[in-house]
Amino acid sequence: MNVTYREALHLALHEAMAADRRVFLMGEDVGRYGGSYAVSKDFLAEFGSERIRDTPLSELGFVGAGIGAALNGMRPIVEIMTVNFSLLALDQIVNTAATLRHMSGGQCSVPLVIRMATGAGRQLAAQHSHSLECWYAHIPGIKVLAPATVADARGMLAPALADPDPVILFEHAQLYNMEGELSEDDASWRCDIVSAAVRREGSQLSLITYGGSLPKVMQAAEMLAAEGIDAEVIDLRVLRPLDTDTILASVRKTHRALVIDEGWRSGSLSAEISARIMENAFYDLDAPVVRVCSVEVPMPYAKHLEDAALPQTPGIIAAAKRLLGKS
Amino acid sequence: MKKAANKPLDAVLARALLADMVRIRKMEESCAELYGEGKIRGFLHLYIGEEAVASGALRALLPEDNVVATYREHGHALVRGVPMTAIMAEMYGKREGCSGGRGGSMHLFDIKRRFYGGNAIVAGGIPLTVGVALADQMQHLPRISACFFGDGAVAEGAFHESMNLAALWQLPVLFLCENNLYAMGTALSRSESQTDLCVKAASYNMPAVSVDGMDAIAVHQAVLRAAKTARNGGGPQFIEFRTYRFRAHSMFDPELYRSKSEVEEWKKRDPIDLMVARMKAEGKLTDDEFCVIAASADEEVRQAIAFAEAGNWEPVEDMCRHVVAEGELR
Repeated sequence: MNVTYREALHLALHEAMAADRRVFLMGEDVGRYGGSYAVSKDFLAEFGSERIRDTPLSELGFVGAGIGAALNGMRPIVEIMTVNFSLLALDQIVNTAATLRHMSGGQCSVPLVIRMATGAGRQLAAQHSHSLECWYAHIPGIKVLAPATVADARGMLAPALADPDPVILFEHAQLYNMEGELSEDDASWRCDIVSAAVRREGSQLSLITYGGSLPKVMQAAEMLAAEGIDAEVIDLRVLRPLDTDTILASVRKTHRALVIDEGWRSGSLSAEISARIMENAFYDLDAPVVRVCSVEVPMPYAKHLEDAALPQTPGIIAAAKRLLGKS
Repeated sequence: MKKAANKPLDAVLARALLADMVRIRKMEESCAELYGEGKIRGFLHLYIGEEAVASGALRALLPEDNVVATYREHGHALVRGVPMTAIMAEMYGKREGCSGGRGGSMHLFDIKRRFYGGNAIVAGGIPLTVGVALADQMQHLPRISACFFGDGAVAEGAFHESMNLAALWQLPVLFLCENNLYAMGTALSRSESQTDLCVKAASYNMPAVSVDGMDAIAVHQAVLRAAKTARNGGGPQFIEFRTYRFRAHSMFDPELYRSKSEVEEWKKRDPIDLMVARMKAEGKLTDDEFCVIAASADEEVRQAIAFAEAGNWEPVEDMCRHVVAEGELR
C-alpha cells in the first residue's frame, strides 16, 4: 500500500498502543489537537485521555515524568514538538535518562521513547529548524534513530519500545508528507535499530547521509548515474551507536566518501564519520573525505536563504564530481 | 508552623527515630573523618543537623512506596533500609557499594527498596518522581511517591513544572522540602521573592504545611497525615520542614555566608538532643539506654568501614558496563 511517512508513524504508534497496555503517548497537543504533525490523529477517542495524555508546555517536566514512568513499569512515548524545544528538557534527557543505569550500577532501566521533529525546509526560521541530532548522538546511554524511509517510520518504533534503554526518534519535518510503498507483509518493514542500510549500491563513491537528506541524496545518485557515475548511498538510520562497519565496508569498496549532513559542519555527525573513516580506512581512500553540511548560520526565514543554507541536490552532485575529479 | 501534638510519646516510635538519627549522625561523622583521610573523595554533603526529617518522614512510608532523594541523601538511604555497609562501600568507590561504585556519595541507589537515588542536579529528581507516581496511578497501584528536595530547588523550573503536573493529574506525590535556609551559600531571602514556600504550593492548589524539621515526631506525624491523604486519592501534598545544616555545604565550603553564632543558635535545637531531652522528661529513656543506642551505632559504623575497606575495586576492563543494558555493549 502507498502511505505517507506520517501515516506510517501513525500505524506504528497505533500498533504499539493496541499491543501493550503499558504504552502511552504524552506530549503537547498529542490528544485533542491530534499531534502537531497529526501523527496521533483520532487516538484520543480510541485510547482515552489517560494513554493519550496532553501535557502543559513543560518539556522538562513531562520528559522527566516519562523517565519516572519508564523506571516504574510503563513504556512511555514522549512527543516533543521539535528538537529546538527539546533543549528545554535537555537536563532530564542527558543528566537523568542517560545516566540512571550507570549511576545505579546497572539497577535502573529507562525504557523510554522520545519522538521529535527535526530539520528545516519550511521557512520556520531560527528556532524551529535546526538539526541537533548530533548533540544527542554524543551522549552515552541513549540510542538515537533517524527514520528516513516510510518503512523505517513504520518499523523503528516497535524495537525502540522493546529496548531497555532510552531511545530518541528523530522525524524530519520535511518527510511527513513523503509517500512510499509499505508492503502488507510485515517482513518488509520489520527492522533492527542497530545497522545502517545501503539504499543504493554503487562502486565509485559512497554517499553517506541520514534523515531528511536521504531523498536529496537518492535523487543526486540517480542524476549522477545518468552521467555515468555509480554512487552507493548509505543511510545511517542509527545515529548512536553508529554502524561503523557498514560505512567502512562501503568506503573500502568505493575508495571515496562524501558525507551529507543537515547539521552544522563544526562538531557534527559528518565530522565523526569522517574521523572514523580516516582512523580505520585511511589507506583505502583515493581522496580526502568531503562533506556537504548546512551553512553555519541560524536558519534564515527567507526562502532563497533557507534553500541556500541547506544541503541540496545540485550541491551534492557538484561535491561528488569534485571528489571524482570531474568538476 | 506545625509542632508535634502535645501528647505523650509513643516510646517505641521515639526510640526508633532516635536510633535512626544517631545512626545517621555517627555514620556521617565517620564519613567526614574518612574524607580527611582521603578514603572518600568527590563531593560529600553531610546531613548532620537535618536527621529528624529523613528519620521521621521515611518511617511514615511503606516499603512499597517510592523514594527519590537529593545529593544530601546518606540519611535517607540509611533509614530506607540500605545497609550501612553498602553505603560506606559506595562512598569508598568499591564494587560492593549500593551503586557498584559508579555513583558515590551523591548517587546512592537501591531499587529493591524502591530508593530511586540521590540526584545531584538540584530539582532533577522531582519530575522523575512525578513519573514514578504516574506509573503507579496508571497501573492502579496503591503506592505513593516521596520526593525530597531542598529550598534551593524551589527556584528551579523543574520544581514548578512538576508541582503543576502532579496537581493537574492528582498524583500521589509527597513533595518534601527540606528548608535548611541556604541553597549552598545563598540564603532563601536573597534568592526568592516569596519566602513562604507553602504559598508556592498553594498556587498549584496543593495542600501545604510547614513543620518543625528539628522535631522528628512532628515530621513523622505530618508525613503520616500527608501519606494517608495521598494514598486515599487526595492528590499531591507539600510539606516544608524547617531545618538547618550544622556542617558546611560540602567539604570545600569555608562558610563565609553565615555567622558562627547563627550555627550555634541552631545547634541548641539539635534534633537528637531534643528527642533525648523529651524522652527523658517523659521517663522513656535512661542514660544507659541511650548509651546502648550509641554503642550499637558505633558498632554498625565500625562494621561498615571494615566492609568498605575489605571491598574490591572493579576492574577497569569492566568500566563500560552499565552504559546500556547488558548484552548490548557498544
